Amino acid sequence: MSVLTLEDLKVTYQTSAGGVPAVRGVNLEIEKGEVVGLAGESGCGKSTIASAILRLLPSKTEIEGKIELDGQDVLSLSPGKLRAVRWSGASIIFQGAMHAMNPVQTIGDQIAEAILVHQQGGEREAKVRVGSLLEQVNLPPRRAKDYPHELSGGQKQRVMIAMALACSPSLVIADEPTTALDVMVQAQVLRLMKKLQADLGLSMIFITHDLSVLVETSDRLAIMYAGKIIEEGPADTVFHSPQHPYTEALAAAFPEIGDRRFRGKPSGLGGDPPDPANMPTGCSFHPRCPRLAEAVKAVDPEAIRDPERLKDAMERLPTPFDTCSTTEPQLVVAGDRRKAACVLVGDSAEVAR
Amino acid sequence: MSRTEIPPPPQGPATELTRSDETVVEVEDLHVTFRGRVSFLAGLRGAKGALSRAVDGVSFELKRGEVLALAGESGCGKTTTARAIMGLQPVDAGRILFEGQPLSRDLKAYRRRVQMVFQDPTGTLNPRKTIYEIVAEGLRIHRIHRGPNGETEERLVAQALSNAGLRPPERFFLSYPHELSGGQRQRVVIAGAMVLDPEVIVADEPVSNLDASVRGEILQLLMKLRDELGLSIIIVTHDLGLAWTVADRVAIMYLGRIVEIGPAEDVLLNPYHPYTKALLDVVPEAGGLQRPILAGEPPDPTRIPEGCRFHPRCPVVSSGKAAQMGIEARCRGEDLQLEELAPAHLAACYAAHERTATVEPD
Repeated sequence: MSVLTLEDLKVTYQTSAGGVPAVRGVNLEIEKGEVVGLAGESGCGKSTIASAILRLLPSKTEIEGKIELDGQDVLSLSPGKLRAVRWSGASIIFQGAMHAMNPVQTIGDQIAEAILVHQQGGEREAKVRVGSLLEQVNLPPRRAKDYPHELSGGQKQRVMIAMALACSPSLVIADEPTTALDVMVQAQVLRLMKKLQADLGLSMIFITHDLSVLVETSDRLAIMYAGKIIEEGPADTVFHSPQHPYTEALAAAFPEIGDRRFRGKPSGLGGDPPDPANMPTGCSFHPRCPRLAEAVKAVDPEAIRDPERLKDAMERLPTPFDTCSTTEPQLVVAGDRRKAACVLVGDSAEVAR
Repeated sequence: MSRTEIPPPPQGPATELTRSDETVVEVEDLHVTFRGRVSFLAGLRGAKGALSRAVDGVSFELKRGEVLALAGESGCGKTTTARAIMGLQPVDAGRILFEGQPLSRDLKAYRRRVQMVFQDPTGTLNPRKTIYEIVAEGLRIHRIHRGPNGETEERLVAQALSNAGLRPPERFFLSYPHELSGGQRQRVVIAGAMVLDPEVIVADEPVSNLDASVRGEILQLLMKLRDELGLSIIIVTHDLGLAWTVADRVAIMYLGRIVEIGPAEDVLLNPYHPYTKALLDVVPEAGGLQRPILAGEPPDPTRIPEGCRFHPRCPVVSSGKAAQMGIEARCRGEDLQLEELAPAHLAACYAAHERTATVEPD
């Protein structure tokens, strides 16, 4: 049975200027013991999904679709049940651990708080549990008496991990868990998380824009762009043979040392992610798509300089590029356990779900 | 894909270096120390904070048109070295020469020719100034009213913005930093540095705060400026993948010293120093979590070990290989300098020295 099921999840933030769709229909399933990497740029909706799973979004935010955690429908839970789900059903390790802790409380008390609030155990049991949790994350139990400022960045991040594990959740969401950390410390934290995940059989969602971190830690990758998953599949194959041009660009941003295609030639993507309040027509990626740009260039090499000629060239594009600016592609099956949403992939008629 | 299975390079300009042999910046035996803080009462009793040797004997040269990456963990002294080059950091010993001349007290003229790009574009840009004012600030500080060809200030600002890829530049003149995306802000920072037409750019983690797809664009911009204007660039980074993408040469720093320096391909593909190997081992990639990770305390510049400063964490020492090679006593007790082990490729390691000395090439 899957631990988490997202069905056609849509999240719309309410602002003074109207609704801003941050997540626009996401389907995702996470099996027990599976690690799924959620990747994409800032604003693509990946952290919004994390917050939606625990309903940590501002109260006016519109959430549609279905979120099922351990068979429970999260969106219809009463406030009391919801509190039980937070920490014990699923927990989040936030980015920037150093700012997430209370500076005037010992780390032991902070971990114990989660245990005391959620389980019936008394103070003594909580204390024992804190000791064993700290040991699990390779910190001596006596450090429970320390205050956050007495710990290094990597140690604080390990305390955050201990906290996330305090109530034995079935799902742990790690939102950019190593972004602020140094290289060596990042490697230590990633190894620790992977070990705990394997030992405890945890299901995990890893969120970051660094695909190289995800390919190291995750079984499966889901790449998001403008609020939708645009490619999904086994981590290794998605990273090494991406099918969506956006995934290709993301993977190229963190090239492997020794890959001579990128030596002296950093690879970048022009333009910025679309404004959620003002989404482009058709494929949301088409204004930045290097493949489409090539196709346009083949029709009219000068089109790029002149908006009128560009418009004209867009109308004369050959299939399958002719639909890029008008029809949003669906996620379709694209090889073994893989899906992608691009006109260049699969048979567009064969919709995956 | 493993490191060894990558196909040979396509012939062409990709690996061609545009640097010349002319030295632009020379750093000679640079030392920078910081005094740790003590409590007020202890201070009254005459106690002094621990002395931290942040940069402890760093020497290197930067050639014209070269991209040099200074890499290492936090606390290795890479940013302090960069700040010292900019004259932002008082130096305890050693010299910095620019075109053969030591830095004088009058840094203003020097700073026009050597510009710094900081890590966080949002924190660097004054939120209350327009993009035009931000980019023109350098010109105003240096009282440059006309460009070399008689250009007006407005023309110079427009050129700098356009060179930094913000086109059409006039569109950005009256914008404020918060109206731009992260990538655009970093372009404004680069335009602000480029408007003075410098010869050297020191970039401290120029892309580490940027989104994945924008990183490449900013790096492409730096490479373009190097190719077209012959700019020399020092990039301070913890990211060896970044060094692989853009650097001609890489210097690996550990506890205030350069422990290995050489052409990027040699250092990153055939490293001599065990520390360089350890850093390469933690670069994330598929299956990377199976690789061993460096044990021991993170380095503390107030307590630099005797002998080779890396020996307490060195796998060659802890595995007993150093003892077998008969060099352990030296590793633990004798300080050592960089040594040229292959053409232009220097490392400071007794084990690497032994290996290159005993294995003669045919």
